[in-house]
Amino acid sequence: MKVIQSGIGPLLQAPDFEAFREWNRQKPKSLVDKRMTEAEAVSKFIHEGDYIGTELYGTVRCPMSLVCEVIRQGIKNLRLVGQGVLELDYLLAAGLVKATDLTYIGLEVYGVSNCLRREIESGRLETIVEWSNAALAWRFKAAAMGVPFLPMRSMLGTDTFKYSSAKLVEDPFTGKPIGLVPALILDVGLIHVHRADKYGNAQIDGVNGFAAEMARASKTLIISAEQIVDTEEIRSRPDRTIIPYFLVDAVVEAPFGSHPGEMCYLYRRDEPMIKEWVKASETAEGAQAYLERYVYSVRNHQEYLELIGWERLNSLREA
Amino acid sequence: MAEAEIFPLEYNATELLICTAARLMPDNTTALIGTGIPMLVASLAQKMFAPGLIPIFEFGGMGAILEQLPNAVGGSRTFHRAIAAAGLAEAIETAQRGFIEFGFIGGAQIDPYGNVNSTVIGDFYHPKVRLPGSGGGNDAGSHCWRTIAIMRHDRRRFVEKVDYITTPGYLTGPGAREAAGLPAGSGPYRVVTNLAVMGYHPESKRMMLLATQPGVSVQQVLDNTGFELLIADKVEENPPPTAEELRILREEVDKDRLYI
Repeated sequence: MKVIQSGIGPLLQAPDFEAFREWNRQKPKSLVDKRMTEAEAVSKFIHEGDYIGTELYGTVRCPMSLVCEVIRQGIKNLRLVGQGVLELDYLLAAGLVKATDLTYIGLEVYGVSNCLRREIESGRLETIVEWSNAALAWRFKAAAMGVPFLPMRSMLGTDTFKYSSAKLVEDPFTGKPIGLVPALILDVGLIHVHRADKYGNAQIDGVNGFAAEMARASKTLIISAEQIVDTEEIRSRPDRTIIPYFLVDAVVEAPFGSHPGEMCYLYRRDEPMIKEWVKASETAEGAQAYLERYVYSVRNHQEYLELIGWERLNSLREA
Repeated sequence: MAEAEIFPLEYNATELLICTAARLMPDNTTALIGTGIPMLVASLAQKMFAPGLIPIFEFGGMGAILEQLPNAVGGSRTFHRAIAAAGLAEAIETAQRGFIEFGFIGGAQIDPYGNVNSTVIGDFYHPKVRLPGSGGGNDAGSHCWRTIAIMRHDRRRFVEKVDYITTPGYLTGPGAREAAGLPAGSGPYRVVTNLAVMGYHPESKRMMLLATQPGVSVQQVLDNTGFELLIADKVEENPPPTAEELRILREEVDKDRLYI
């Protein structure tokens, strides 16, 4: 296949499919109770320098309790992928990110990420590789399919392509130009779901973002769930299962685990708290003070929920 | 009805942008909707002109009834009473295989060929301003048949050359999209601003003034554009937002005044 053009962005994690297959072969297929706390899951499975990913994004069904635990444990030099609103912002503010495959890091309606700017200026964030939303989803999809790349028609002709590690090739069937995105296999994926059983069978309500693809692209997968349910509930509605248990390494029960983001049908987002981050993150000192108050000063998610207060949390519940 | 009742004079620039863009939406069509102003455009269009508009949100919401304004592009309101709650790959693949007619683009800079920058002002490695990046913007600009850019109109934003092409317009001109491998027949359609509505010349693919906003002169548009803007043979003047459009926008679409 003739390569016409290559993006100049480095491949932050080169996919090795023989190793991925071997890895998946040895993953336990027996029904093992995988429940543990955020602290246990993060310390057991996430290591300095790992490539981690989060889904969906900071204000919507995001594994915030896991992200906060990564920050409490101070796991450094992470390579990171996600759809960044609060979660990537927190990790950037904590100075833990060395490289990122980036499609979007900002605060949606509230504007640009000052944490991203500061981390670029400080040089702590050494490498940014650019992608479109779909390109990242397709990179996970390629890994999920067990193939090294997928053809796609996003990003072509742009600087988004130039600063990515995609390639433009001649389609061997038609001779026309077509883009290729490399598969992305994560060391650890973090996904928050509505319900899971103790083995890791997981169900999501509402839009499923890129959960199905990312789950299958992760060597190690940590699931946090609003509710741990009996396996019988999973088996009574197997069509709802988007992540089967054998993909999963840890199951963490995390009610309001997406707070201050939303969880469809369960609770709305906490707008005042999101605005608090928007304001605090304008300065490095403000961001540190916010992390001190809501992340470092509590020992776990339970204490975080107590700090926020149940009256406030309950007021966010959908009727 | 007296003219003053149909066209009240009190409206702001954001309201004008939304009303102007909403009028571009035909009924029974598909549109890829991103965060912010496009959500209001889709909602107003759905309530006023295009009840059969199928809004598609990049994280998977398809065909929502936009009773309440979404506050996030993956939020629950993007699939409120929708026909489907799917995922990101499905949403963009729907565009890639030609099912999505309209796409909305926003950004910090736009050039004469409709290329848009939402990534960086200045050098990529040492930016003056680091912006959020593509998100679904590039996907919309790559795959939708017709894209509509919604921008504020000034010389800092309408520039001869953008610092970084996040989202493709016509790239360097006629044939460039196809040569790059982008879908044939797709590309920029309109630019809606607080001053004007622009299209693109069918041959040169350069931006062309089609209509001015109410009370705005052609010269004002040219003065606020940092490149040579083509001018259509006959430049229309848009009618101002109607009382009905503004009422629906203020009382139904964005009653919490998040954006307007």
